[in-house]
Amino acid sequence: MYIIEMRNITKIFPGIIANDDITLQLQKGEIHALLGENGAGKSTLMSVLFGLYTQESGDIYKNEEKISIKGPNDATKYGIGMVHQHFKLVHNFTVLENIILGVETTKRGVLQMDKARTRVVELSERYGLSVDPDAYISDITVGMQQRVEILKMLYRENEILIFDEPTAVLTPQEIDELMSIMKELIAEGKSILFITHKLDEIKRVANRCTVLRRGKYVGTVDVDTTDVETMSEMMVGRKVSRTVDKPDASLGDVVMEVRNLTVNSKLHNKSVVNNVSFDVKAGEIVCIAGIDGNGQSELVYAITGIEPASSGSISLNGKHIANIPIRERSKAGLAHIPEDRHRHGLVLDYNLAYNLILEKYYTPRFQKSGFLRFSEIYSFSDMLIEKFDIRSGEGSHTPTRSMSGGNQQKAIVARELDMNPNLLVAVQPTRGLDIGAIEYIHKQIINARTNGSGVLLVSLELDEVMNISDRILVMFEGEIVADVDPKQVTFAELGLYMSGAKRDEVAV
Amino acid sequence: MRTFIQRRQAGILSLLSTLIVIIAGLTIGFIVLLISDSEQAWTAFWTILSFGLRTMRNVGDVLLSATPIILTGLSVTFAFKTGLFNIGAAGQFAFGGFVAIYIGVVGADYIIMPAWISWTGLEAIPPIAPPLRIILSIVGAALAGALWGAIPGLLKAYRNVHEVITSIMTNYIAMYLISWIIQNTIIDIAPFTTQSLPADSNLPTMGLEYIFREPLGAGFRTSNVNIGILIAVAIAILVYIILNRTTFGYELKACGYNKDAAKYAGINQNKNIVRSMMICGAIAGIGGALNFMNGTGLSMTASPALAAEGFIGISVAFLGLTNPIGVIFSGVFVSYLFLGGARIQPFGFSLELVEIVISVIIYFCAFVLLVKTNIGKLIFRRKD
Repeated sequence: MYIIEMRNITKIFPGIIANDDITLQLQKGEIHALLGENGAGKSTLMSVLFGLYTQESGDIYKNEEKISIKGPNDATKYGIGMVHQHFKLVHNFTVLENIILGVETTKRGVLQMDKARTRVVELSERYGLSVDPDAYISDITVGMQQRVEILKMLYRENEILIFDEPTAVLTPQEIDELMSIMKELIAEGKSILFITHKLDEIKRVANRCTVLRRGKYVGTVDVDTTDVETMSEMMVGRKVSRTVDKPDASLGDVVMEVRNLTVNSKLHNKSVVNNVSFDVKAGEIVCIAGIDGNGQSELVYAITGIEPASSGSISLNGKHIANIPIRERSKAGLAHIPEDRHRHGLVLDYNLAYNLILEKYYTPRFQKSGFLRFSEIYSFSDMLIEKFDIRSGEGSHTPTRSMSGGNQQKAIVARELDMNPNLLVAVQPTRGLDIGAIEYIHKQIINARTNGSGVLLVSLELDEVMNISDRILVMFEGEIVADVDPKQVTFAELGLYMSGAKRDEVAV
Repeated sequence: MRTFIQRRQAGILSLLSTLIVIIAGLTIGFIVLLISDSEQAWTAFWTILSFGLRTMRNVGDVLLSATPIILTGLSVTFAFKTGLFNIGAAGQFAFGGFVAIYIGVVGADYIIMPAWISWTGLEAIPPIAPPLRIILSIVGAALAGALWGAIPGLLKAYRNVHEVITSIMTNYIAMYLISWIIQNTIIDIAPFTTQSLPADSNLPTMGLEYIFREPLGAGFRTSNVNIGILIAVAIAILVYIILNRTTFGYELKACGYNKDAAKYAGINQNKNIVRSMMICGAIAGIGGALNFMNGTGLSMTASPALAAEGFIGISVAFLGLTNPIGVIFSGVFVSYLFLGGARIQPFGFSLELVEIVISVIIYFCAFVLLVKTNIGKLIFRRKD
């Protein structure tokens, strides 16, 4: 008997079948992973279960009894709770207020906070979810916010807990903690649906795993008896190499020269990038490694022109670019895959074609005396879609907002690489993407290097840093503390540099 | 590829949702009439619904009074596409109107030069020929509106002050400033308004009076409708072309949808904010000019007053789904209601009640986007 069974679910969106006849069976007391690439239909399936979407066909059963879920309130009624990828918390409320929101205990219209507090404290002790009930959400870490989300589900006495990509926003330590919390939860009799595309996490906690690919059901496997390679093949539909094939670097001239660059923070008057100097050569991938928040973003902002540098110089092929407008930098051959693709990378309300010409719309190819040349725009867009395999419901006309994260990122990569840049600045280009897309984007970055572009890659993922870079610079508290060769450095050593425990004098 | 069917569906959806809110608004308006006077309600309601179509002259009058609100509606629409909310159309409209009247009145006569430039030998400027005077009035109005729109634009772009706040304030400044200037220049003391425009300072009718007229005795009573409505339609089409066909429109909309991405793409957002606000101001300013140059002898009050057309423009813009072509229709519709509404006073309804009924209908129309989202889900869910 299954505590939740989704039988033959089909959900259709305009132009795309998001879920095509999918069956998912959750046993009581198991952690059931739902594995698939971006756009495979995992989130859609969970939204159907949580009542956010209504399926076109198929039924949901709880303990063999058919149930109908029309909205999140119904889901709560049947004991289904969900931790969304982007938390649904009120930032200027306290932890306690967020937990009870919607299910407040009141007496004649007055909140009974004491009772609620006792229960929250009791729950957090029982499951080892340490939180401060009186802290404001805006003041606590992302890891703690996630614990608040979990407590919300427990407070509502949910027995089926859905975790939508819960580890995407966590540090390695927080991930360890979450994994042990999840094990604790099933020990207490809860059942968990765990949406992810990270195979090692599935190996660590899940009992069974259902794999989806492009909206279709691929299979359900027992995690203990299935190896990672098999699962990844099921997910992607072909064999995936987890290491990157990379020809040896053939270094050219210096493309970018950064000297004594200092960037002051907008918030306070301290420097967040402090007197940084380095070079990037043609045909070289230089990676900036470091723990998030050590000045990497600000360094990139100064190079790309999003924020001004406070002092120092940046030159691109001998041209000083530190004080020129973004448009001029782009004309000088600077391409930028931004850290936040929704904020900087795309105009989500424009269609795909309009986004693909975002930095070229003003060139004679796409406009004639101020009028857009639509046939050129759409044929260019169709060409890039074909060349970079960008998948979407309606091709060039697809509203970008409706595309999956991986394909949005592919669109940005396509647009930037089509510039044949002298220097490509790529910031966390694979964040939140699945194995197939990561492999693809790595290949494209290496292609750019082969074609003679210099690449400055900022990454928080050590695997990525070690795999594709030719040289690693480690940033700590706004300074470059190491300049090392990935072939000669170990993970442990990088960790020491990143945490500030070790530093070299780096000279250009 | 996006199919023809999907595009047609989107069009049907817009039309359908607009119809639904209009019907809902009319129903509630009718209920208000019923509460007020149940015996006369039906007659009054029928008058509101049908008056604008009863004669060709009425049709002409609908178009005449639609002209200024189409333009203020376009002004709000244009700003909205750039991510700006132009509450300042009232002030821009008033400035445009004043400058148009000023040029129309002063330019019709000899302008005596002040003594301090007598050394140039120039004593007076002769009257400006009527066609040129009319063109100058419109161009002057556009410039005045553009300058007035530039103020909130500049403050937003370079000092990051929200344009809603500054454009509300510029409305009040315009209101008092214009009152003061009128009192010191082209005042007509007895009605306390500007002097009336000479007949040849008004917009030509180009024969429209032969279409929009009704029989009266042996002759005809004609509407004052003039080429203003054609200018308004032309500007709506121009706005549509700018927004959808040009690189300028591409930049403006990119700034409106996502200013960070626009900056990333190297688009100078500050420059575009100022440009956009100036264009909005110019459109509203032309609205002011066409409003007063309509040949009805309408003059501008010298008492401080906010131009209602500026605020009606906001409703017109949203009822037209912030689509420039939609704004033409919503402007005509709102004007139609006002004209019919004004005719129910004889049935014993007070002017205030008429305004309430009209406002209720327009208020409902503001829900058009809400309805569009929801019926979209209802109707097309299964079909897709």
